[in-house]
Amino acid sequence: MSKKDTGTFTVKAGLAQMLKGGVIMDVVTPEHAKIAEDAGACAVMALERVPSDIRATGGVARMSDPNIITAIIDCVSIPVMAKCRIGHFVEAQLLEALGVDYIDESEVLTPADESHHVNKNDFGVPFVCGCRNLGEALRRIGEGAAMIRTKGEAGTGNIVEAVRHMRTVMDEIRKLKNMPAEELMAEAKELGAPYELLKKISRTGKMPVVNFAAGGVATPADAALMMQLGADGVFVGSGIFKSSNPSAFAKSIVKAVTHYNDPAILAEVSKGLGAAMPGLEMSEIPAEELLAKRGW
Amino acid sequence: MTKKIGVLALQGAFAEHISILKKLGVETSEVRLPDELDGIDGLIIPGGESTTITKLMASYELADKIKSLGQSGLPIMGTCAGMILLANKVDTNGKLPTGLMDIEVKRNAFGRQVDSFEIDLDIPAIGKKPYHAIFIRAPRIESAGSNVEVLVKLPDGTIVAARDGNILTLAFHPELTRDSRLHKYFLDIVNRR
Repeated sequence: MSKKDTGTFTVKAGLAQMLKGGVIMDVVTPEHAKIAEDAGACAVMALERVPSDIRATGGVARMSDPNIITAIIDCVSIPVMAKCRIGHFVEAQLLEALGVDYIDESEVLTPADESHHVNKNDFGVPFVCGCRNLGEALRRIGEGAAMIRTKGEAGTGNIVEAVRHMRTVMDEIRKLKNMPAEELMAEAKELGAPYELLKKISRTGKMPVVNFAAGGVATPADAALMMQLGADGVFVGSGIFKSSNPSAFAKSIVKAVTHYNDPAILAEVSKGLGAAMPGLEMSEIPAEELLAKRGW
Repeated sequence: MTKKIGVLALQGAFAEHISILKKLGVETSEVRLPDELDGIDGLIIPGGESTTITKLMASYELADKIKSLGQSGLPIMGTCAGMILLANKVDTNGKLPTGLMDIEVKRNAFGRQVDSFEIDLDIPAIGKKPYHAIFIRAPRIESAGSNVEVLVKLPDGTIVAARDGNILTLAFHPELTRDSRLHKYFLDIVNRR
């Protein structure tokens, strides 16, 4: 018998594998967290404000109040995630000390460092990071991220950016799969991504870690769309608690992610939900307020 | 005749189980609805979130059918969340979907994610070579009925795998390793039925 090894990349990436086929919901109170858990969320993201409120409020968005995070940890048995600012490794240290199960180094909060992300290999707690394309995803994995999600455009209720990012990532993976070995180094230079990870993808044809969709999911159909495009699961931010009936939307989106290839069930679970969260057209958002371009 | 193993595909690491079974040359199918349980020779309930899977099992009446199939002898292997879904007593409140195995299970028994771990274990039932087991927010078996065979304990005596006839439960994740001995052990149960 040997001793226990904790904080390994296998157990970090392994928790993300256990979240697959599931829905991770943004919550701002213990009551929200309970609604999410009862609806079948596979994890919750503990926040002070959902992204659409962060967008509306403006100013500097920081890590949530530790009291809120602790209260949410205490009231549910599913994993609890929380966000730190890009590059803010002390917020990450705090979140690890609070006992969160996953840290989202997130563009939804105001970046703390415009040049560097957190060195996620330094931590025992796993990290998920956003991406717009494969190069960005692989840079984050190179820094130790054990899970990836699309950035989409959080707080808009508009799926168009998440679709763009997921299609881009999947296209780039398909391209690598068919690429002759001698072209991989030039492609690594082009993508700005670690060569070893490119070699791995070219061999397996898959993203090396779990890849969720995020940023704009507002309906069960949005969630199933992202799954059919190749997402392993879905984050829903403002889409649950900014809808007219959070519990119904939450339950319905959970079923839509499981039965994403079954149009009859998708139609059934989409009935009678009431109004989805209000949506924002991308062209109405001033360029400096776009969240997806934060980080690199 | 080749055997067909169904893998409950409501949520969690079902694709990982399917990939190992395929490498072992077994026919597999994803199970999301009750009809998809027909014609299978064994069922795997994967790791995932047990509360999520419980709710999805209830919504399309899968739980009752799995329970009756298990009672009539269908081999079922549950890993991590799957162990919770097969237990007849769990520390947290809430409805138990099948209660097929006479064990009391504690959820998240080792702490939060930072306490998740890997360890080499001796599992005599699958041979002398140590088995590298991966525990992620894992449950443990607090107590087992007299008819339940304990397969593995941690060095501190914690029970982490058990078998009761056709039902096999593991607190860890054989689907996350390249060592397929536990899947072969389960297929042995299927083939002997």
